[in-house]
Order: sequence, then structure tokens, then C-alpha cells
Amino acid sequence: MIDLTVIWALIIGFAIVAYVVMDGFDLGIGILFPGLDVGPERDTAMNSIAPVWDGNETWLVLGGGGLLAAFPLAYSIILPALYAPIIAMLLALVLRGVAFEFRWRDPRHRAFWDRAFHTGSLVATVAQGIALGALLQGIRVEGRAYAGGWWDWLTPFSLLTGAGMVAGYALLGSCWLVWKTEGSLQDKAYARARAAAVLLLAALGAVSIATLGLEAKYHQRWLAFPGILATAQVPLATGVVSVLFFRALAARREALPFFLALALFGLAITGLGISIWPDVIPTRVTIWEAAAPERSQWFMLVGAGVMVPIILAYTGWAYWVFRGKVGHEGYH
Amino acid sequence: MDALILARAQFAFTVSFHFLLPAFSIGLASYLAVLEGLWLRTGRGVYANLYRYWLKIFAVVFAMGVVSGLVMSYEFGTNWSVFSDKAGPVIGPLMAYEVLTAFFLEAGFLGVMLFGINKVGKGLHFVATLAVAVGTFISAFWILSVNSWMQTPVGYEIGANGQFLPGSSWTAIIFNPSFPYRLVHTVIAAYLTTAFAVGAVGAWHLLKDRANPGARTMFSMAMWMAAIVAPIQIAAGDAHGLNTLEHQPAKVMAMEGHFQSHPHGAPLILFGWPDQAAQTVRGTIEIPKASSLILKHDPDAALMGLDTIPGADQPPVAIVFWAFRIMVGLGFAMAGLGLWTLIARLRGRLYDSPLLHRAALAMGPAGFIAVLAGWTVTEVGRQPFTVYGLLRTADSAAPLAAPAVAASLAAFAVVYFTVFGAGFWYVVKLMGHAPHAGESGLDGAPIRTAGITPAPALTEGEPA
Ligand code: HDD
Ligand code: HEM
Ligand code: HEM
Repeated sequence: MIDLTVIWALIIGFAIVAYVVMDGFDLGIGILFPGLDVGPERDTAMNSIAPVWDGNETWLVLGGGGLLAAFPLAYSIILPALYAPIIAMLLALVLRGVAFEFRWRDPRHRAFWDRAFHTGSLVATVAQGIALGALLQGIRVEGRAYAGGWWDWLTPFSLLTGAGMVAGYALLGSCWLVWKTEGSLQDKAYARARAAAVLLLAALGAVSIATLGLEAKYHQRWLAFPGILATAQVPLATGVVSVLFFRALAARREALPFFLALALFGLAITGLGISIWPDVIPTRVTIWEAAAPERSQWFMLVGAGVMVPIILAYTGWAYWVFRGKVGHEGYH
Repeated sequence: MDALILARAQFAFTVSFHFLLPAFSIGLASYLAVLEGLWLRTGRGVYANLYRYWLKIFAVVFAMGVVSGLVMSYEFGTNWSVFSDKAGPVIGPLMAYEVLTAFFLEAGFLGVMLFGINKVGKGLHFVATLAVAVGTFISAFWILSVNSWMQTPVGYEIGANGQFLPGSSWTAIIFNPSFPYRLVHTVIAAYLTTAFAVGAVGAWHLLKDRANPGARTMFSMAMWMAAIVAPIQIAAGDAHGLNTLEHQPAKVMAMEGHFQSHPHGAPLILFGWPDQAAQTVRGTIEIPKASSLILKHDPDAALMGLDTIPGADQPPVAIVFWAFRIMVGLGFAMAGLGLWTLIARLRGRLYDSPLLHRAALAMGPAGFIAVLAGWTVTEVGRQPFTVYGLLRTADSAAPLAAPAVAASLAAFAVVYFTVFGAGFWYVVKLMGHAPHAGESGLDGAPIRTAGITPAPALTEGEPA
């Protein structure tokens, strides 16, 4: 007997991971934007993501919509609990999304839209990081509803995850630029990638240690024998990938750093999975408690089974169309 | 003010902004597909130029549509969490299908449509344009199915935990009783909205230069659309109204301003001032028995009034009543303008009648206003329920503190007015440029002259 709920947890997880890595590099470029020179550097950075950002952001819609569909209880508890960061994220994404078009439409106000692009990217990233931290540290639930206050999400821990997210997305963004650009912009991107990686590793370490102290369950998951033999592989692999990453940067490899950065994200997310599985609201609500009825799950599974491969195929094609280096006048 | 009112205001504000954009981009995407198709078939440069011209506008509108839509998909949870928990098993999958079949399609091919002209062949580029156009339609299909299910819920069971659960047939849920009507009426509305916007731009440039080939072509195309589709829309609206009478009679009573029941033929109230407290319409101008004639096709047929509906279940009448009149009035005005252009065509004066062009210019925003008015009728008319007859709006809201909602409402207002105000201004500015021959990029001219994204096109001065 297959457990549809587990399948749906994996699908939603996949959507969230896809969102984090894909919009991650878009938002990362927004975070790095003020450090880029006005003119060709900024134009090139923008052009490198202009054709794909909308598709990347759609994974966030799938994550939210899928959560509503597959785990309605979780959707209806988490969103009110994280009200402020979620609204902030949405408004920030409005600002950064329109900036893609507006900055070209209105040269006189380009500086304003560039600032909107940067602020939007930064705020959206921090909000996502805070949301993650707030979820991990636990939210108050009574019956089928959120029972906490309006500032519960704000703690030193959630600020830490927010900062970690900024470092992480900046890393993805700079590695993307290393891959897609040349010249002075690429040089800058190499330097930024190194700095962001150092910050990200520091944040990962700090978050990991702090997480162990949050809930007995996390502590148990990671440190109890013999599970530790398996869980210890995650930090070990992170160490190995980091070494490879810094060497790839030093060797001025172009595509490899991006994929190693993705691997770092993959490991961090694996670690997250180890901490919270099988809960959808950590230590409060399990995926089975929140799951939609089987009829809803089946109906959607047919759609997802058919559509996700097709989506991946044409998304891949769209990336292929815009392969190669991007110039400041767009792709050529 | 309490959190519920604020949450409703916030939702109404954001969804109204959102819908204005798809109303334009659903129609514009199809219009672009038609233009590109015509260009590929005839090879005439005017179509390529018009494609380019409207593509720039489409890019701005679409970006705003996407970001405002993203907000909507999370607002169900932030503002209506109880509703989401209860109705999620039924409407959630439909919205997930929308993401899987529509949003990815639009977003995936948008990049190629906007920036890929010189990277893929003409055929593939046309495929991308078509994919985006079809995607906008599929998007309307699913979201309107969701909305219609909330208006006319069928095919559900109530679970032990109070959730609406899907029954044995998803087709029954998707094709719920009001859905076909709402889909037809709304998609036509999007086409009309676009036709009148395009027509107004054409008219504006004809007023300045009647020989401009781009302005002539777009005006003529838009006015064909208006002449043919506006009457169809009136018929579709009538059919929709009959369907509503069957399933949501209280909404029709509010639209008609019928506080009292009329057992022997109800009058059609053209104008008047609904006074809900007194349960009467003051100062009416009415046509005897005409309402029964329209709604029942029999002047003497009985029509029930709001006196048969408990006060707690009545929608706010004045808003529905007036919004309905605005929509219907604009519908007839659109059909009237369509007819006028047909006559002008017959006389061979379509491009030489400044009065006609001024009228078309004035009607430019008509579609947007009608669309908002129509949705106001629909959504306010189903109050006080979110799932009609089953779940009250007051019982749907998230457990939010009023200050949290007030603060976010203020933030939404500031950001939306800034961002969409600027976007509106850019669209108007783009529309102010006359379409001209150098616009193209489709027929082999380098993309950088097209001004879609590359910076040099701007710094060298937008082609005017
Ligand atoms: C260009 C836009 C436009 C125009 C010209 C009209 N409508 Fe409309 N109408 C809409 C755009 C619209 C809409 C925005 O698309 C709505 C909102 C929800 C829906 O299903 O369609 C709508 C709703 C709506 C409803 C409410 C249905 C319900 O909620 O149950 C009725 C009864 C009508 N319309 C009837 C008409 C009539 C008789 C018209 C003819 C003069 C008309 N509409 C013109
Ligand atoms: C896009 C065009 C739409 C417009 C302009 C619109 C407008 C409105 C307005 C004005 C209200 C407030 C009514 C009131 O509180 O008295 C409302 C409420 C609501 N609408 Fe719509 N609506 C639209 C589409 C939709 C769709 C497609 C859905 C569902 C998928 C939807 C779901 C809701 C919900 C859940 C509420 C909240 C409950 C309420 O306050 O009534 N709306 N809408
Ligand atoms: C409350 C109800 C609604 C929700 C939750 C919603 C949600 C969304 C979301 C998340 C997007 C962005 C998709 C992306 O990332 O590419 C979007 C865009 C879009 N929506 Fe909505 N939407 C609603 C109402 C409507 C209605 C009533 C229609 C049409 C009848 C509509 C048609 C579209 C279209 C065509 C787009 C593509 C972008 C554009 O055309 O500007 N939506 N919507």
C-alpha cells in the first residue's frame, strides 16, 4: 500500500527546494545589486535572469497552492502564524518582480527601481529565512488553529536563520553570475561568492547548534546512537563539498561553483528534513494529521504525475534557449 | 474597526487590483497570438510592428499580473485560514491544477516570447506566444471553477472534522452549475476589455494621424471584436443572470432591487435608491412587469423578493444594485459603439470620423470598469457567505488581531498604489507612442531596436 501522504510531502518538499534554489539565485542577484556598477554590470546581471525569474517564482506558487491542496490544515495554521513575515515577503516580491520591467521603461527613475529590486530581494529573503526559523522553533497550536501572538515569530533564532538565508541566496546569485557573465562582473562575482560561502557556512554551523537546543526531538534525532552514524554524514559531506567549492573558485572554474553551491543547499535541506520529519508543523502537526482526504490526493497526483515532467521538460528547454554567456544587451 | 472588516477590505482591494491585470493580459495574449499568426501568414510588416508595439505593453501588464496573483494565492491562508482549512480539500486541488497546467506554461514560455525572438525560429516563437495565450485561458478556467464552486457548491461531503470533502466525482465539482456561465461571461469580458483598450489607442493615434497604418489596423481589428462580441456578451450575461436566479435568488433580488415579492409580475427598476434599513427602493423609475419578462420570459410570472430572505442572510443591496447597473449600462454602450463602427464601415468612414474616434477613446476604460462592477455584483451579492449557504464570511476569517491586519492593509495600499500607479503610467506612456514601421524585431531586425529589455534601446532613445 503506497502512502499518498508521504508522496505529497515529498512533492511539496520538491517544490520548495526547487523554489529555494531557482528563485534563490534571482534573489541573490538582487541582494548583490548595490555592489554592482550602474550601467553594463547591473544590466547584464538583470538580463541574466530576466527570461527565467517568472518561471522560478512559480515554484513558490506551487509550494503555497500545493500546501493548501495537500495539507490544508498546515496551510491554515502556518500562514496566520507567520502573518507579518509572509505579508512582508509578498510585498517585497511585488517590488522586485515589477522592477524587472520598470527599470527599462523609465530611465529617469531607474535608480528608484534598482533600489526597489534590491530592497525587495533582500526583504523577501530575510522574510523567508525568518519564516523557516519561526517554524523550526515551534508555533502554538490549539485545536485546528494558530493560538500564538503576532510577534511570536521574532526571536534571535529566527533572525539568525534570516541572516543565513541572505548569505545563502547571495552565494547562489554570485555563483550564477560567475557562470553566466564575463569580465569585471565575473571577477566581482568570484569575490562575492567566496565571502558569501564563508558567511553561509558560519550561519549553517550556528543554526545547526542552536537547533539542537530548541526541542528534545531535534537533539534526539541528531545525536542518539546509532542514528548519529547516519546523521553525522551530513556535516561531513558539507565539509567535503565546501573544500571542493573553495578549490573550484580558486581554479576559476565557471559552472562548477554553482553546482557545488546547489549541493550545499541540498545538504542543508537534508539536514532540515532529518530534524522535522514526519511533521509538517515541527513537533506539533504530522503530515498525516494535516493531510487532505485521499480523493483530493489522488486527483492531484494524476495531475502532478503528468504535468511535473512536462513542466521540467519545457523549463529545461527555456533555460537551454538562453544558455551561454549573457551580454549587457541581452542574450546573443 | 474589527479584524473581519479589515481582512475583507484587504482581500477586496488586492483581488480587484489583481483582476484588472488578467482581464487585460488574457485578451492581450490572444491578440498578440492573432497578430503574430497574421504576420506569419501574410508577411505584412504592419502586423509585426503591432506585435512589437503591444508586446512591450503586455510585458509590463503581465509582470504586474503575476506579482499581484502571487499575493492572492497566500492571502487565502493569511486572511481566510478557517475557510482554507474547511474548503481546502475541494478547492485546493483545483488551484493546484491551475499552477500545474497554467502558471508554469505561461511563465515557462514568457521568457522565450519576450526575449527569444532571435534565439528560436519564427515557428517556435509563435508556439511560445500561443502557449502563453493558452496558459492565460487555462488559468481563467481553473480559478473561475474555484470561484464558481464557492458560489454554487455541489459534489461535496461534510467530514467529521467539519471540512468540505470531495464527493465521488471531480467533474461535478469542476463543472458546478454556475461555472460554464461564469467562464464564458468572464473570458468574453477579458476580450472586450482588451478590445476597447486597443481600440482607444488606435482611435487616439487616428485622431492625430488618420493615415498611420498601425493605428488603422488596430482600430479596425478592435472594433470588429467590439461589434461582434459585445452583443454576445449581453446574451451571455442574460443567461448568467437566469442561472443565478436559479441558484442564488437573493443575489438577483439585490441586483433588481426587489425588496417586496411580486406575485403578479415584477417591475424592472431602472434607477432608484435602495434603502436596506427600510427595505425599500426610493425614487424609482420603473417599467411595469419588465423584470418578470426578462427573468421568467412571462410578464405575469411571480418573482419573490428579499422579504422572503431573513435579514441576516441578505446581501448589501445598494452596492449590488448600483454595480449591476454600471456593468449593464457599459455593456449596452459597448454594443452601441460596435454598431456605430459597423455603420461607419458601411459608409467607408471608419478612419475619418473624429467623433467616432473620440467616442472610442472615451470608452477605453469601459471594460475595466465593467469587469470590476461585475465582480462586485458577484462577490458582494453572495454575502454573507463565502461558500454559498454553507459557510459564512464571518466564520471564514483567520484569527487575526485587528492591528496586524490594519498595518498590512496600509502597507498593501502604499505599495500597490506606488507600484501599479507607476505601471499604469508606463503603460499609458507606451500607448502614447504612435505605432510605426521601425517597431519590428520579428522580421529580422536586431532585437535591441525593439526596446523590450536591452538598455541601449533606451539610452539611444525609445523609438517614437
Ligand atoms: C466587459 C465586461 C462585462 C460586461 C460588458 C458585462 N459583464 Fe456581466 N460580469 C462581468 C463582466 C461584464 C464579469 C466581471 O466577468 C462577471 C463577474 C463574475 C462573472 O461571472 O462575470 C460579471 C457578472 C455578471 C452577473 C453576476 C452573475 C453571478 O454572480 O451570479 C450577471 C447577472 C451579469 N454579469 C449580467 C450581465 C448583463 C446582463 C450584461 C449586459 C449588458 C453584462 N453582464 C455585461
Ligand atoms: C478577480 C476578480 C474578483 C474581484 C474583483 C473580487 C471582488 C471581491 C470583493 C469586492 C469581495 C468582498 C465582498 C465583501 O466582503 O462584501 C470579495 C470577497 C471574496 N472573494 Fe472575490 N473577487 C474576485 C475573484 C475571486 C475569485 C476568483 C475567488 C476565488 C477563487 C474569490 C474569492 C473571494 C473570497 C474568498 C472572498 C472573501 C470573503 C468575502 O469577503 O466575501 N474572489 N471578492
Ligand atoms: C482570488 C483568486 C485568485 C488567485 C488566488 C490568483 C492567483 C494567481 C497567481 C498566484 C498568479 C501568478 C502566477 C505566476 O506566478 O505566473 C496569477 C496570475 C494570473 N491570474 Fe490570478 N488569481 C486569482 C484570480 C484570478 C481570476 C479571477 C482570473 C481570471 C479570470 C485570473 C487569471 C490570471 C492570469 C491570466 C494570470 C497570469 C498573469 C497575468 O495574466 O497577468 N486570476 N493569479
